[in-house]
This record gives sequence, structure tokens and C-alpha cells, in this order.
Amino acid sequence: MRRRAEKLLPFTLVLPSMAFLAVLVLVPTFQVLYLSLVAEGGGDLTLENFRRMLADLSFSDALRNTLLLLIVIVPLQVALALAMALVINSRLRAHRWLQYVYMLPLAVSDLAAGIVWLAVFTERGYLNSALQSVGIIDRPALWLSFDNFAGLLTAVVIAESWRTTAIVLVILLAGLALIPRDLVETAELFGASRLRRNVLIVLPLLRPSLQSALLVRTILALPIFAVVLVLAGRNMPVLAGEAYTWYANNRNEHVAAAYAVVILGLSAVGIIAYLRAHGMREAVVER
Amino acid sequence: MNARVLDRSLLYSSAVILAVWVLVPFYLIAVSAFTPQPQILDYPKPLVPSSLTVATLQLFLESGGIVPSVLNSVVVASLAIVISVGLGAPAGFALARFRFRGRGTFQAVVLAAKMFPLAILAIPLAVTFLQLGIYDSLIGLAIVHAAIALPFVVLIVGGVFVAVSRELEEAAETLGSSRWGAFVRIALPPAMPGFVAAAIFTFVISWNEVFAASILTVRMRTLPAQVFASLSTSPLAFKLVAGLVMVLPAVLFFVLIRRYVTKLWGARG
Repeated sequence: MRRRAEKLLPFTLVLPSMAFLAVLVLVPTFQVLYLSLVAEGGGDLTLENFRRMLADLSFSDALRNTLLLLIVIVPLQVALALAMALVINSRLRAHRWLQYVYMLPLAVSDLAAGIVWLAVFTERGYLNSALQSVGIIDRPALWLSFDNFAGLLTAVVIAESWRTTAIVLVILLAGLALIPRDLVETAELFGASRLRRNVLIVLPLLRPSLQSALLVRTILALPIFAVVLVLAGRNMPVLAGEAYTWYANNRNEHVAAAYAVVILGLSAVGIIAYLRAHGMREAVVER
Repeated sequence: MNARVLDRSLLYSSAVILAVWVLVPFYLIAVSAFTPQPQILDYPKPLVPSSLTVATLQLFLESGGIVPSVLNSVVVASLAIVISVGLGAPAGFALARFRFRGRGTFQAVVLAAKMFPLAILAIPLAVTFLQLGIYDSLIGLAIVHAAIALPFVVLIVGGVFVAVSRELEEAAETLGSSRWGAFVRIALPPAMPGFVAAAIFTFVISWNEVFAASILTVRMRTLPAQVFASLSTSPLAFKLVAGLVMVLPAVLFFVLIRRYVTKLWGARG
């Protein structure tokens, strides 16, 4: 009797979490599919909601902007995080503290990050003030104006890069910890410069982590939302923003669900690609 | 020797430039929030303000809906902590302690849930919550936040139990302690910081979450949902203060659990 209970114990411990996730992830996932495939007021399955979404003027803009942001932000973050990781890895005296400082923006929400950078990019903000005081501009530039797409893009890219680079940093640091130190130290002994050590030894060994970081950040960037709405409003539509607008302003949860299906579908593709490429390399809890 | 000096100065200047990039925005939002309201539109704005005030902060906190929304945020986060730690901690312990059938599958589920944009599921959940009568309620939102936090709780708690030795527990059992007694007296105490860290992490996730909060609440708004809903109507000074009020607790709590955060992403072993 006791042995049987013993055997069942791990399942008893894991089951509540599994059930909870099933109810809160699996069920709503099917439900969002269903919502997107029935018309308002119920009835037969239809593609009408997707048709309305595609006909919506903002859809192509939202898809394009979401992908554009991702394509610009993710590589930029990986480059930034790589610089941070290599600085930390060089074991400066304060490297632990540097690591915590670099990770700090991870605590900031997307909404708050948007507001933080609003202080910088707004018409009478810190960026214009700085540019004016060194004489680059003679009156405030309108970074966040509806007709300045480049300005809007720059602001969102910088705000989001500032906030979430730390996730990439954490992934790269975990990867760096796996590289045998004596390999790098031997190279140093033989007189290889830091640049040569990093380029010839560290970077190739870090490749799996770099790939993993690229993919993870791509997946996490798909539902980009509040940071864009704070800085650009609806002048820069994104997928999650449109889903919200259809739900909250147009009061149509069916078209909102169609948008959600696009975001969730793209995320699922990313996650499957990740699991296939990296499997359980990123062991969740390893003994 | 010259090459070495160059190498060192390059390294140090990169370290400093990166730290400035990370820290300056925190400074700017803090200074903005405490700048007297008329001066917020000064141009060009000085990097160091001539005077500071808490008047804008006070006005913000006294304006309609802010204090209740802060309270709602705290309640939602607390409920989310109870649910996510209550459900996730046993699972984390099981992963750390036992090899069992389905262990790999569960790990994959946790890994996938960590990346899946769960907040987007608020759209179908809103329909269900309406039927269940928990739409626009704190518990409804807390359940969603708990689901978002759950994978991280499993990870943090699992991580600490991996480090707790099984042998000591077994020794206590051979000396006559019950299984449960050995767990509570031997395994649990060293794992407590992990529980606290998991709770704090859940708090930060819940405190910061805006999409699901905006979809699932109307009157019972949390602070981010309240700030988000009034974005187009509130003056710049209020937005900046709201930014600081949202950032500050999250950053302070985050500093407390900094050691655990490094273990939430990335490959090991």
C-alpha cells in the first residue's frame, strides 16, 4: 500500500499544475479557434471573421509592423546582449553587479517601458533637449508624429530593446557558463588577444545559445502591445493592438479572436521550431 | 603592454556605456515624475531639474480610480501568488526529486507555456468568464496571471529543491521521523527562499501585466489597466508619474530576487 502511494506521489504533485494549464491554455486555445470560426450570435462555421480581418485596412499594416519590429529588434538585442555577456564574462571586478544592473529593465512592464521612453522621445522631451543643446536641431523634432514612421519605429525599437535585452543576456550567460574556461585561458596563455579569443573560440561555441536566444526573443516579440500603443498610438498598428481594439472598442470578439489566432499560431510555430531545434537542451529542472 | 592597456580601456568603456544605456532611462523617469508640473513642458529640458516636488505624485494618487486600482493590483497579485505557488511548487518539487513517466512531457509543457503568449487567451477567456460570472472580477484575472507565472514558479522551486540533499531527509526517516515530518523539517527550510522568490516573481508578473487585465476588467481595473485605459486622456505629467509608480515596486522586488532570475532562461548542464 505504502509503496503504491509512493509510486503515485510524483503524479499527484504534478497533476494540479497540468490540469490548471490544460484548463487555462488548452481549453481557451480551442475556444479562440471556435470563436474565430463562428459568426456573431453563433451558427455555422464560417470564414467571415477572417475575411473581415483581412479586409480591415489595419490588418496588413499590423502584420507588417509586428514582423518589422521583430526583424529589427531581435538582432539588435542579440548584439547588445552579446556585448553585455562578453563584458560580464571577462570577469571584471564588478562583474556580478554589472550583470544585475544589465538585467534591471527586465522588471519593467511593456506599458511602463513605453512611458519611460515617452519622456525621452516626446516633443519637449530629453532627446530633443539634448540635440538642441548641442546644436543639431534648432526646434523640437516630432519623433512621435503620425506622419513620421521612421521616428515611431525608432522609438518603439529602442524602448523594447531596452526592456527585453536582458532575456537574451540571461540565455547567453547560461551558454557562456558551459564553455570550458581552460580553453579560453589556454588561448590567452598563447597570446591570443581578447578579440581573437572571442571570435575564434567563444562565438562558435556560443552558437547554440545565440540561435536559441534569437528564437525565444522572436516568439516573445509576437504579442508586442502596450509599448507600441504608448509611443505610437494606433498610428503604428500591431497585431495584439488590433486584437484589443476589436475586442474593447469595436465590441467584436470574433474578429478579435481571428487576430488572436494569428498571434497564437505564429507563436506555436515558433515554439515547435524551438523544441525541434533545441529539444530539452534548455532543461527545465535538471537533477 | 600597449595592447593590454587598449584592451582594458575598451572593456571598461563598454561596461560603462552599457550600464549608462540601462540606467539613464530610470533616472529620467524618476526626475520627470518629480518635476513640478509647469516645468514638465520646459524646453530645452535640463538634465538636472532646478526643483523637485511630490505635488504631481500626490495629485495623481488623489485622482479618481488610482488608489483603488493599486489595491486591485495588490489583491490580484496576492491571489495569483497563492494559486501559482500552491499549484506550481509541488510540481517543481516532483521534477527535482523523482524520475517518473511523463516527466519529459511535463518539462516540455512548462517550457512551451513559458513562451506561449498566454495573455492573448484573455479574449476567449472573457467569454467563459462572463458565463461563469467572474468577468470583471479580481479572482478571474488572478487565475490568468497565475497561469502566466506558473512555469516560472515550477522552475524556481524545482531549482532550489535540486540543491537540497535527499540523503539528509532519508537519514531523518531512518531515525524515526515520518516522511512528511522529514520533508517539513529537513527539506523545506533550505528551500524557503525559493518559495519567496517564486512568490515575488509572480507578484512582478501580475503587477506588470496589462493585456489580460485590460480585456478582463472594466470596473475592477488594476493599475496598468487603469493607466492604459486613460492613456489618451491623461496629461503627460500624469503619464510620467504613472510610469514611475509602476516601475518602482517592480524594480525593488526584482532586486530582491536577482539571483534567481538568472536561472529562468537558457540551457544548463
